[in-house]
Amino acid sequence: MSDPLHTLTTMPTERRPGCPFDPPPELTEARRNSPLNRLTFANGRPGWVVTGYDLVRAVLADPRFSSRKELMRHHPTIDYGDIEVPPAPPGEFLLMDEPQHGRYRKPLAGKFTVRRMRQLAERVERITADRLDAMEEAGPPTDLVTAFARPVPAIVICELLGVPYEDRGSFQDRIAVFLGGEASDEVLIEAYTGVQTYLAELVAAKRADPTDDILSDLTGGDLTDEGLRGMALILLTAGFDTTANMLALGTFALLESPAQLAALRAAPGLVDGAVEELLRYLSVGAKFYRTALEDVELGGVTIEAGAPVILSISTANRDFERFPDPHALDLRRSDGGHLAFGHGIHQCLGQQLARVELRVAFPALFDRFPTLRLAVPADEVDLRPETADIHGVKSLPVTWDV
Amino acid sequence: MRIGVDRSRCIGAGMCALTAPEVFDQDTADGRVLTLDAAPAGAAAEAARRAVGLCPSGALSEVPPTRENRDRT
Repeated sequence: MSDPLHTLTTMPTERRPGCPFDPPPELTEARRNSPLNRLTFANGRPGWVVTGYDLVRAVLADPRFSSRKELMRHHPTIDYGDIEVPPAPPGEFLLMDEPQHGRYRKPLAGKFTVRRMRQLAERVERITADRLDAMEEAGPPTDLVTAFARPVPAIVICELLGVPYEDRGSFQDRIAVFLGGEASDEVLIEAYTGVQTYLAELVAAKRADPTDDILSDLTGGDLTDEGLRGMALILLTAGFDTTANMLALGTFALLESPAQLAALRAAPGLVDGAVEELLRYLSVGAKFYRTALEDVELGGVTIEAGAPVILSISTANRDFERFPDPHALDLRRSDGGHLAFGHGIHQCLGQQLARVELRVAFPALFDRFPTLRLAVPADEVDLRPETADIHGVKSLPVTWDV
Repeated sequence: MRIGVDRSRCIGAGMCALTAPEVFDQDTADGRVLTLDAAPAGAAAEAARRAVGLCPSGALSEVPPTRENRDRT
């Protein structure tokens, strides 16, 4: 009897050369075959890879699929053996279910509203202009990642949280280590410990001398120092790396689609939709992980209690049943509904901030440097490996006419 | 159309205020949804319908018309 479900023999580890924006071809193929795919994890545990839009969205909205860190003992490519994973430390709410998750997220929700983030637009414009001034002054060529894509969101989140930007040396590179997908355990532990030490000092300083920022506001509530540290870690990590990768990879994608870029330049009003389309097309947070807490019927099969589940955001956002011509970058696409920020109770807290940053930064960059182009052939741009939590380029050499 | 709101489910993601700003806002204190127009019509209703579909936490719904409010519209 044939199995209606597709089986992935391994989790794909490479993108197709020359296709830095597309999911690995085996995953795209898997979606073509089925929205739900079996996968045997590295330790032998049978699990699932959800590749289709509707099912990914359904799992994200379903509390029977847990985000708890202690349940994530199964990795698609690394066999951890019988290792026990401890629960998420206080404050690191991404890896918690309700009610613990809400305890840490709720005090933050009012700080990242659409209205508040729009009020930041002017400040984001100033920060962006300063970086463009610095680029112009230094002259071409430059690495867009270090000159622009990383500093803009980093300065913004530092200001919001009340972290002195001069202190970024204590955590910026270390956070890139967490999410870059290439570090050894030893380096990861050093990076984590180093950031924790810094955050402990920062929380103590805010308690002693509160200033006008999110972290100081939070010290007024009933959260412990440990909880505040965990929340600060989540906000810094999310604020630093995700938007930075969207900016660099998005610039790369626009430079590789001259007609789309020309359309955006000709009609600045396209920018809001363009940002949504780049979020969909690039899906820098390419996969999320969940664990079934009980037997769940999904897509006509039973996901057994305890089964590890990988949600493939990159293929869901390229699902041919949801998006017409899904592999085309089309800035005029207007139906929205992409899953780049997730869905359900964990949907990105900082998404309205990210939107403001991206809506400001892309047009400002292309206005300032109308002749901006890659300084190396596209296939020599160095990509993060597929093991990275956040997809992106390691550097983006660009140049322009002066 | 009539909008149903369950604020206890709201996580303050802001998709509604982004998508249908004439119909929804967010409480500045806790980020949760505020309804500016519980019975939008025309373009605002279209936007509100999209917002209901996009709501990540299931806090929003479209209330099926009853005879009473059908008579009114």
